[in-house]
Amino acid sequence: MDAVGNTTAPVYGIAAEFQSARDLYHAAEKIREAGFSKWDVFSPFPIHGMDEAMGLKRSILGKVVFFGGLTGFLTAVSLEFGTSSFLYPLIVAGKPTNLYTVPAFFPVMFELTILLSAFTAVFGMLIMNGLPRLNHQLFNWERFKKVTEDKFFVAIESEDPKFSTRSVKDFLESLGGTNITTIHGD
Amino acid sequence: MSNATAEHPEHLTEDEKQLVRQPLVLNKRTMGWISDYISSIVEGKTPTWWYVSMAITVPLTLMCLALLGYLISTGVGVWGNNHPIGWAWDITNFVFWIGIGHAGTLISAILFLTRQKWRTSINRAAEAMTLFAVVCAGIYPALHVGRVWMAWFLAPVPNANAIWQNFRSPLLWDVFAVSTYFTVSVLFWYTGLIPDLATLRDRCTTKIRKFIYGVLALGWRGGNRQWRHYEMAYLILAGLSTPLVLSVHSVVSFDFATSVIPGWHTTIFPPYFVAGAIFGGFAMVLTIMIPACAIYKPLHDLVTIDHVDKMCKIILLTGSIVGYAYLMELFIAWYGANPYEKAAFWYRAFGPYWWAYWSMMFCNVVAPQIFWFKYFRTHLIWVWVIVQFPNAGMWFERFVIIATTLARDFTPSAWGMFHPTWVDVCTFIGTFGLFTTLFLLFIRFLPMICMFEVKAVLPEADPHHGEAH
Repeated sequence: MDAVGNTTAPVYGIAAEFQSARDLYHAAEKIREAGFSKWDVFSPFPIHGMDEAMGLKRSILGKVVFFGGLTGFLTAVSLEFGTSSFLYPLIVAGKPTNLYTVPAFFPVMFELTILLSAFTAVFGMLIMNGLPRLNHQLFNWERFKKVTEDKFFVAIESEDPKFSTRSVKDFLESLGGTNITTIHGD
Repeated sequence: MSNATAEHPEHLTEDEKQLVRQPLVLNKRTMGWISDYISSIVEGKTPTWWYVSMAITVPLTLMCLALLGYLISTGVGVWGNNHPIGWAWDITNFVFWIGIGHAGTLISAILFLTRQKWRTSINRAAEAMTLFAVVCAGIYPALHVGRVWMAWFLAPVPNANAIWQNFRSPLLWDVFAVSTYFTVSVLFWYTGLIPDLATLRDRCTTKIRKFIYGVLALGWRGGNRQWRHYEMAYLILAGLSTPLVLSVHSVVSFDFATSVIPGWHTTIFPPYFVAGAIFGGFAMVLTIMIPACAIYKPLHDLVTIDHVDKMCKIILLTGSIVGYAYLMELFIAWYGANPYEKAAFWYRAFGPYWWAYWSMMFCNVVAPQIFWFKYFRTHLIWVWVIVQFPNAGMWFERFVIIATTLARDFTPSAWGMFHPTWVDVCTFIGTFGLFTTLFLLFIRFLPMICMFEVKAVLPEADPHHGEAH
């Protein structure tokens, strides 16, 4: 079995290459059934139904974004009422400065809700994905560069409680994986 | 219909063949081909046509910037704005450019939510167009205020007398709407770019490219544990952008609709502005995509005639909505029995600006009707020529709304005409230079087609591809 990275450094995991989305999907189902927990599949595009195949739950990002949006909304409410009703009530065109002025405040409330939701969605996604992170053990493997083109990979991490070099290699081979490689850190 | 039969149409009867959808990617292109070809546009030697185009557009951009410098140093009087026409080409051009941006967001967000998979090959370029159009648009409101160094008065901070902004003013809503729109469009666009930047990173041969694309790709690895959150983020951004894009032009229309000027004070403005924006925006998408695909011919396998056909249908639909709005405005002007409203529309059609009104009518309502004929929707030269009418027509529409209305106010003593100065004209031409320069830079340095999304609509991307259903 090939090894990449600094072979004296700790093993990150064992990775295998697959040729199609279908092969990767079925491999993922079998890895899940075998009870591994620290592993991932890598593909050039999101594969429909892969979350179920891997046994992953729906991303919680949507719930996080709700609170981002709520922050935006409350920011707008306090900015508008705080300044126009309390700090410096400004009477323009005879419009009220109390709660009745709320229809005129809707556009800014709406925009800030959207703005903060969008920021939360993007930065929340990056944080949940552990990005930005410019180095990774998998980048030590030259073949892994094809993951953004047309190849599919599986990596089972050494931190997985069921991990053992011998058995994982045989297991990945039995799933039809090729170019099975041990990935070391730097 | 299963994929297996769709790939082997020879087994089908004539009736069944009618039901087979055109594949989204022609000539059975593979994932590798998509990466190779789209990336090669960015990685290859800079073509001569690019330098030639830049040699035209960069001086125009510089002219625009120089004239803005002249405007700031001399005053807003270098433009032809006068009394009564205080909003003239500046706001016309602002609404024109911001409207163009809307098609990009429509393609990226609304067509995403409605699962229109054909959008994948055009969304990247259309979103880039949105950003560049909003950049051009943003120039005008920022600079038409006269004392540009006071533009920070627009930001929600108190001025020297501790007076805060008037949050009930549509002009302030506009500031929030346009800046939110730009920011969210940047986030949406960049999020979509991350996996493709990773593709460019992984293909790099030189150190400097590797560094730049490596940093921009943020370390993307394409693991499903990443895609899971990524797809959710993309869905949420699409869901947020959809009401946002509808709100932006609605808010822009409030600038007019909440005033008491006859011809502006109408409730039809928000939907009519949004339909017009999508109409003009799709015309601009076609205006730039047709030449781009003519230069990079293999792109015709990704941006097919079918795409052009669909976009022409959207132009036809939105153009007809705009035409309906024009007629409804006229009807209400008559039926509303308000003499000022009636007069405003009479002067639009038969007053001193009759030529602008009828140009608008012809370009926006009559010309696109030719898209009822499939021949004109599927022949690229014809399409390109015809979409120039909406491009021009939408500019005329904004000019008609702004200038003709202000030119004929309530009392004849307040009537006047607008005459653009050379600065008006050259600044406007310059914004096209800026727009095109930014687009050329985009084509040269970033993948103009969303590679990972196009790969995901290939038949072999389906994890059950080739299995019995």
